Amino acid sequence: MSRVFVCGLGAVSPAGWNLPAMREALEKGEPLPLQTLERPGWAKPLRARLVPKPVLRPALLAHPRLRRTSPITQYAAAAALEAATVLQSNPGRNDRLGVVVCLQSGCVEYSYRYFGEVLRDAATASPLLFPETVFAAPASHVAALLGNTPLVHTLVGDPAAFLQGLAVGAQWLQEQRVDRCLVIGAEETNWLLADGLWHFEHSAVVSGGAGAICLSLEPATSLAVELRAITDPHTYTTRKSRARAAQAMRAQLPPASPVELLCDGLDGSPRADAPEVAAWRDWAGARLSPKRILGEGLMAAAAWQCVAACDAVASGRFLAANVSLVGCNQQAVGARFERAGASVSDSPSDASERSISP
Amino acid sequence: MVTGAGIVSALGIGWPANAAGFRAGRIAFRPVTLFDVSRQRVKTAAEVELPSALPPTRLTGKMARRLDRASRMLVLAAHEAWAQAGWEPADDLPMVLGTTAGGMSLGEAYFRVATQTPQRHRQQPTRALHYQPQTQGRTIASALGLGGPITIISNACASGTNAIGHAWELIRSGRHPRVLAGGYDALSQLVFAGFDSLQTLSPTLCRPFDAGRDGLALGEGAAMLTLETLDRARRRGAGILGEVIGYGTTIDQHHLTQPHPQGDAALAAMALACQTARVTPADIDYLNAHGTGTPLNDSAEALAIRRWAGTRTATLPVSSTKASIGHLLGGAGAVEAVVGLMTLREQWLPPEAAFETPDPACAFPIVRAPQDGRVTTILSNSFGFGGVNATLVLRRWT
Repeated sequence: MSRVFVCGLGAVSPAGWNLPAMREALEKGEPLPLQTLERPGWAKPLRARLVPKPVLRPALLAHPRLRRTSPITQYAAAAALEAATVLQSNPGRNDRLGVVVCLQSGCVEYSYRYFGEVLRDAATASPLLFPETVFAAPASHVAALLGNTPLVHTLVGDPAAFLQGLAVGAQWLQEQRVDRCLVIGAEETNWLLADGLWHFEHSAVVSGGAGAICLSLEPATSLAVELRAITDPHTYTTRKSRARAAQAMRAQLPPASPVELLCDGLDGSPRADAPEVAAWRDWAGARLSPKRILGEGLMAAAAWQCVAACDAVASGRFLAANVSLVGCNQQAVGARFERAGASVSDSPSDASERSISP
Repeated sequence: MVTGAGIVSALGIGWPANAAGFRAGRIAFRPVTLFDVSRQRVKTAAEVELPSALPPTRLTGKMARRLDRASRMLVLAAHEAWAQAGWEPADDLPMVLGTTAGGMSLGEAYFRVATQTPQRHRQQPTRALHYQPQTQGRTIASALGLGGPITIISNACASGTNAIGHAWELIRSGRHPRVLAGGYDALSQLVFAGFDSLQTLSPTLCRPFDAGRDGLALGEGAAMLTLETLDRARRRGAGILGEVIGYGTTIDQHHLTQPHPQGDAALAAMALACQTARVTPADIDYLNAHGTGTPLNDSAEALAIRRWAGTRTATLPVSSTKASIGHLLGGAGAVEAVVGLMTLREQWLPPEAAFETPDPACAFPIVRAPQDGRVTTILSNSFGFGGVNATLVLRRWT
């Protein structure tokens, strides 16, 4: 199997419209300020961390396909463009670019608006809104924006599906069906989504945004970060609880090391965090929990975890970073990124010998 | 190899009922009863008549009672495929599903309660959980005793074909020896209203490739396939229904909801599928078209078929089974793959009974009446909202 490298990163988050803004927020380590979402019929609003309006309208929104799109597409497109900067450095190559967009809730804003119109009077519901409600819409727009994209998939699942997306991207590269592959996790939010989350965790703070990772087989144009392993997806079943699945995932990643980072999915919700806390109880190394700072961004948060892990390795702060994704209702999956060329483990773990497979 | 197939459509539950319906070109549209369509232009669809009870599975009574319409169709299809294949439960068996809407009707119910009676919480968590496609995937896993990875592809109307194609690639690359794959979608008010507001629904009758066609019709259903290597199937002594031999997927960047008028991406998907299958248009005995019945889609697909098939065009039998059961969106590609297996196993071609006047743009013969045929290799097209196009090539196993 060919080795897979990270050649670009992008992020849109409540901290701002690019990776430096997210990096700064994570380095500061303080949860971003809370906003509120009015919940009809309730005096107490729901809590959220929202993507700020950009100071300047992003140039990408001038693209004809993006003028009427919902925020999720705009987040996905902005993160994708940032991660695909490497393509602009050598436009003559005309690399074939795969696009995998991963979503959990997807296009909730337009779905909310459109279904509201249907219930008011189906005869006058706007035909402009409906196409943007479809899960596949963000991927379609991103593909149109980027051009030479022969392979495009939208994957749906709980947040751990982002690593399935990375595995699909790696598979396409290894089969030489594309030259590079962008894997994007994105979500948008509104009060209805926050209401849904509230039913499962009252303390959850919903957020939105996107994260993007560009994969390639070329170390030379990479950020010197290698996607070293993705664990098996450990699906929750009647026989395998979320806690057991988290432990199985953890067992496939290496023991703690002082030169390594754990980028976990803890957000401070005791009940939701418990299986992941238990699975990583042995971890004594550095730890980063982006959701504590940025909020529960579902698939976007999963992407932020991976982007933050890659960024930490790319910057040289850590020789390796493990990502723990214990999804809310489907599966636990982990991943490991290493500094390209660095030898970080004397005792090869199960993970370091694994191939990357969905 | 395909060793099991399950199918649910408005023509019935299971292979025999569907084979009889497709072979005769039965039309299954009727007035919509699932939600209010009084303010819609169009008031018919191909609704499935679901049985009151599900077949025995590992689901508890409580789990089965909680299932939404989409999940029930999925369980029925998966159970049929599973039983036919004779597979045993396993903790490492992957599943690949295609859907566009998951359990949308539960999402709609959640919306209604949250906006109309916001102080009521009863069953809201269940709705929030069960409307998500991964919960439906886990339902199938629970029903059949599976524990492997679940991948859900949502490439709009190409989802079902992409799911089967992705599963085939997982086997072909040696990553897995067997995969359970398919697609599903249930009718929902949001989606029905959406297509109606775009004025793409036919106010008369869905007639793909007819000169007088005036839109698509929506349907619902599910289909599941058990795919495995030939070695594995032979070792088990399994019956083989047919073989997936080619798959191609491309993206049409022309527009979110309209195909490129020249059908470039459709042509590329067909060419790629045939390239992987190592066949030429001359080897294809029947083409199950995406054929939604909208003027733009059918024109683009007709042109793509003509460009792809060349001299074979004039003699290549084509039909769209959406004329019988409507457009099943995420379920369409999987259901049409099972129809393809039926044609290969039983040697007939599915007609479009309502077809009247050939469109001059369609240079191929439309199957208009029930007919037997010698069918060795078929091609099945699925083209999605958003531009993902996907094509499968299936071959008879003798």
